[in-house]
Amino acid sequence: MSRTFVGMPAFPRAAREAVRDRTLRNNLRRATHTIREKRAGAVAELADWEQLRQAGKEIKDRTLRHLDHYVLQLEERVTAAGGTVHWAADATEANRIVAELVRATGEREVVKVKSMATQETGLNEALAAEGITAYETDLAELIVQLGRDRPSHILVPAIHRNRSEIWDIFRAEMGRWGRPAPDGLGDEPAELAEAARLHLREKFLRARVAVSGANFMVAETGTLVVVESEGNGRMCLTLPETLITVAGIEKVVPTWRDLEVFLQTLPRSSTAERMNPYTSTWTGVRDGDGPRHFHLVLLDNGRTATLADEVGRQALRCIRCSACLNVCPVYERAGGHAYGSVYPGPIGAILSPQLRGTESGIDASLPYASSLCGACYEVCPVAIDIPEVLVELRERVAGQAGHRAERAAMRAGRWVLEDPARLARAQRAASAVRGLVPRRIPLPGPAGAWTASRDTPQVPAESFRAWWAGRGAGGAEPGGPDQDRREPGPGGGRREHGTDRGRPDHGTEEER
Amino acid sequence: MTTEAARGPGTAAGGSRELVLGRIRAALAGRPPGERPGDVPVGRGYLDVHTDEDPAALAELLARHLTEYRAAVHRTDRSGLPAVLAGLLAARGSRTVVVPPGLPGHWLAGTTGVEQLHDEKDLLTPALLDAADSVVTGCALAVAETGTLVLDAGPGQGRRALTLVPDHHICVVEAPGQVVASLPRALPRLDPARPLTWISGPSATSDIELDRVEGVHGPRTLDVVITGPE
Repeated sequence: MSRTFVGMPAFPRAAREAVRDRTLRNNLRRATHTIREKRAGAVAELADWEQLRQAGKEIKDRTLRHLDHYVLQLEERVTAAGGTVHWAADATEANRIVAELVRATGEREVVKVKSMATQETGLNEALAAEGITAYETDLAELIVQLGRDRPSHILVPAIHRNRSEIWDIFRAEMGRWGRPAPDGLGDEPAELAEAARLHLREKFLRARVAVSGANFMVAETGTLVVVESEGNGRMCLTLPETLITVAGIEKVVPTWRDLEVFLQTLPRSSTAERMNPYTSTWTGVRDGDGPRHFHLVLLDNGRTATLADEVGRQALRCIRCSACLNVCPVYERAGGHAYGSVYPGPIGAILSPQLRGTESGIDASLPYASSLCGACYEVCPVAIDIPEVLVELRERVAGQAGHRAERAAMRAGRWVLEDPARLARAQRAASAVRGLVPRRIPLPGPAGAWTASRDTPQVPAESFRAWWAGRGAGGAEPGGPDQDRREPGPGGGRREHGTDRGRPDHGTEEER
Repeated sequence: MTTEAARGPGTAAGGSRELVLGRIRAALAGRPPGERPGDVPVGRGYLDVHTDEDPAALAELLARHLTEYRAAVHRTDRSGLPAVLAGLLAARGSRTVVVPPGLPGHWLAGTTGVEQLHDEKDLLTPALLDAADSVVTGCALAVAETGTLVLDAGPGQGRRALTLVPDHHICVVEAPGQVVASLPRALPRLDPARPLTWISGPSATSDIELDRVEGVHGPRTLDVVITGPE
């Protein structure tokens, strides 16, 4: 089914290696902090941001709840407009469909618009196995492809590379794929972008087949939408004779009007722009303008399994803006590769284990790749409660085989807590030996990962229950004078669930 | 080609269509019977516009937002348009200009010494477009709040490739008629059946260190001429 990166270790080990890489950490910190502040500014321009966010959430919820209706409507409208719709149950089938469509054109190469769906299915590798070369045309994807690297960010797959690394890659690799990097190339971003323009231009002008993804698919009109910046998307969507679009079934939105919400929230969340430079929309094929053949491959690949979980389903609202990555303290330190999936960061931590299942080491560890600080939820333009889904997935992982010791400990705890007399005896026993409890208790095996970084809680001389019982017998009242001030008032006093959210722990200043 | 491939992989003939639909329906088994899509509430408490809709203010806002994204904005009245276009082509040193079908003839009346490439009976090839210096078009409408031009392949705009391959695009916006405040104002005026290109500034990328750089594959120079009434 879906692929994990081959031989991917579980998150903690991969993250430990990444955190030691100082270049990587500096690249990531610089990039994520820049975009974080810009995003906040772009969002603050709209007084109705919360309402737009709520509308985006509700539009997606309606779509998901009636996905059968909307996908069928989309199929009908795309077909009526001259497109051909294909259905792929998994990655292998999607790749086979695309390969056969390319082969039917007689072509041996395709140009590609950046697409998460085809990253997910591993399309490029599958096409290569069929003797078809896929050229990535998004600048960051090009950097990843030329560097024989893996993507580490949803929006900017080469975010882990700085300008001088990119300069190295362009000079060493461009010539092997086509037009080499110009002589005297410098490492200014503008010069690097110019080199990419020259390198790709000849490919665009001769390409006869293109492969794309889609940001949105409008069910009522059969219209597809691609949001981009560079113009490589326009090149691929306009110049070739055949266009093949691969998109997850959850990319559908009910109406044309719904775009007024997402085209406001996506660019501001993603690149912190009022609007991205280019958005293309097309409906089927049009005489004399653009491709003459249009194929849409609708991809399941674990999405229906995700849909079946009423809590986890909300991950399918995702519009791939990557705001949650940019704000996440774990992503900032561990980097995208540690997540072992084309979907890194907080959204990846809930999406990958649902799309692929929680059996593998990496997928079982992803729900724990978070401090549950909730910053991701705060910035999400479709209000995905990522911490809620993480906790749900942790329950699922804890329930599967391989967690016997944990479950036994929980059962013992429950047995003690269920009976007041048992609890009192346990507390007295703990107080009696408190002087003997060391500051750290290194446990063997996997539990050692927990104890290695945590101090043992201090056991008090007397439990609260014992103190409370003794107090009635004429003891002092240490809390007395403060009683009034501690009285919970209306709506106050008790901390509401979730008040810690939105305060990401950015406190730790890192080494320069 | 095998029979199966000839029929087309994964098409409605069977295969995964019914499988995927069956999985979707199974996943939604908890949905109350009889519930219709419209029964799931969608609140639209957001604003239709974020700005003053006075026509002069909208043209001003459009100009400011386009400029912020590195488009060069020029203002003129309708009678001044031919001279402005001629001046922009001359300043660029353009020798050839792509002319889409339906571009008002008088727009380029002031232009001399520039060969006009008309995209009519024999469509211009990508190579010819690549060699052309500039393209002049109108637009379907412009959105002030986001600094966006929308082209719908209508008269005076032409097919999408015309405004994509040349490195210099001059786009004329007729104010106040073509300027709307916001996306909620824009979408009802656009026909989704037409291929649409939304343009907000020249081609750009943020792919290197999330730092915005203008100029990748689309036109690297975008001139916008906003014409006012006489």
